[in-house]
Amino acid sequence: MRRWLLISVPYLWLVVFFLVPFFIVFKISLSDIATAIPPYTPTFDITDIRGFLSQLDFENYAFIFSDSLYVNAYFSAIKIAAISTLLTLLVAYPIAYGMARAPKEWQPTLVMLVILPFWTSFLIRVYAWIGILKKEGLLNLFLMNLGVISEPLTIMNTTTAVYIGIVYSYLPFMILPLYASLEKINPSLLEAAADLGSPPWKSFWQVTFPLSLPGVIAGCFLVFIPATGEFVIPDLLGGSETLMIGKTLWGEFFSNRDWPVSSAVAVVLLLVLVVPIVLFQRNQEKQREAA
Amino acid sequence: MRRFSWFNATSIALGFAFLYIPILLLVIYSFNESKLVTVWGGWSTKWYGSLLENEGILNAAWVTLRVAIVSSTLATILGTLAAVVLVRMGRFRGRTLFSGLIFAPLVMPEVITGLSMLLLFVALNMDRGFWTVVIAHATFSMCFAAVVVQARLYDFDKSVEEAAMDLGATPVKTFMEVTLPIIAPSVISAWLLSFTLSLDDLVIASFATGPGATTLPMKIYSQVRLGVTPEINAISTIMIGLVTIGVLVASYSTKRASQRQERELKAVDAGAK
Repeated sequence: MRRWLLISVPYLWLVVFFLVPFFIVFKISLSDIATAIPPYTPTFDITDIRGFLSQLDFENYAFIFSDSLYVNAYFSAIKIAAISTLLTLLVAYPIAYGMARAPKEWQPTLVMLVILPFWTSFLIRVYAWIGILKKEGLLNLFLMNLGVISEPLTIMNTTTAVYIGIVYSYLPFMILPLYASLEKINPSLLEAAADLGSPPWKSFWQVTFPLSLPGVIAGCFLVFIPATGEFVIPDLLGGSETLMIGKTLWGEFFSNRDWPVSSAVAVVLLLVLVVPIVLFQRNQEKQREAA
Repeated sequence: MRRFSWFNATSIALGFAFLYIPILLLVIYSFNESKLVTVWGGWSTKWYGSLLENEGILNAAWVTLRVAIVSSTLATILGTLAAVVLVRMGRFRGRTLFSGLIFAPLVMPEVITGLSMLLLFVALNMDRGFWTVVIAHATFSMCFAAVVVQARLYDFDKSVEEAAMDLGATPVKTFMEVTLPIIAPSVISAWLLSFTLSLDDLVIASFATGPGATTLPMKIYSQVRLGVTPEINAISTIMIGLVTIGVLVASYSTKRASQRQERELKAVDAGAK
């Protein structure tokens, strides 16, 4: 009895405030835009369920799939998220590897130093890059003073700036799971490989990397899934050519005030991400059982 | 033990430079006398002074602080309960769905969470404002809180709880007097994490809010879109400073607490022998 009471409090909260809203989003994605409060029709009417249901249709979905703007925004978001995930992995791996090999007494401090920027505001960290990347920004100033370039580089408001922003903002999400799995590797395994005549690069690919795979997988999910729906980074650092679906959804909702179409955009985005989300959850459960 | 090679030292140094240089530059330029970001006009604290006169920013800061305190407290309570359910309740009907509901918000794009929350509030006919932002923040923060607390619950010696129960303590009393003190450091970090997540959030708050409840990130965002100004650097520096101090104090005090706990356990051990 008490057990069920304990379970039901957090459970009900999540069902009401996280699960149920998705059904509402789905329902509204089947509605039509209206100049009313709330700005869609039909609104739910318990006395006339049949009439309510008969007004729902898949028009908004047909609209999204017929307009190349939306389709391109989905593909471009997935592409940008995938490339950034790979870049983040490439940047994070040597850092996490170095941390795992650092003297034991330094390691808690190093972990702390990775977490600290994660605690400071995401928005502020993205904002910091505007001052660096813009045409008269600090990076161009620095490179021109060094004489590396004579003309300022155009990085701000391009997709390159979005890559930099995502790699920077999501780096701790990649370093921490990588470090956690690299740190667990028993160094005697590498010594054994070396004793058996394996050169270091070969030991890395055949021993270290496979053993770090759980961390690689967890980190990639933690970066790829939210980056696909990212809004702040493409909005502040990207330009008009950077198409990402999170930005499209935001514009549809706040500028066009079209709640039904933004709901349909959200439902399709969720369908795109549902496979990686389920895989992520499985991976977490598996790691927990292993621990 | 393997030697700490040059390669490793370099990759750590470069990595940390990448992580910290942008923040450092932001802080330095908040003290710039000149309004232009690229022109260094000497040291000055005038932008901090002008912040104090900016009523809009001060109001937004006050709203944000209140939202963060209330929502992180709620999130910590709910998240701790959720962690206990995940770790201690074994298998129950609907457990898979429950753990899915805990993990999905961690990676769910914010635009989806924000939109769905807003549509729920509209469907329930709730007045949007302070409380809807609190509920939205508490909901996604509680999942982060649950993950932090559950990690601690896993590597915790269950026999201490069993001993308390054997000596006749009720489950509630056992939780309050045995479990909670032991997991306290993780509960504190869960609260801090929820607090900063709330302080930080732009997207979900923009959807969930209503008239009169503009949060600081929303204010900063609308100003950033107009361009980089030293005033935003100043407010950012204050936020970074507060969070850094908070995290350092928390990590120092939890370290002290765990050292004390260890010492006490050793003393008990020694006494037993």
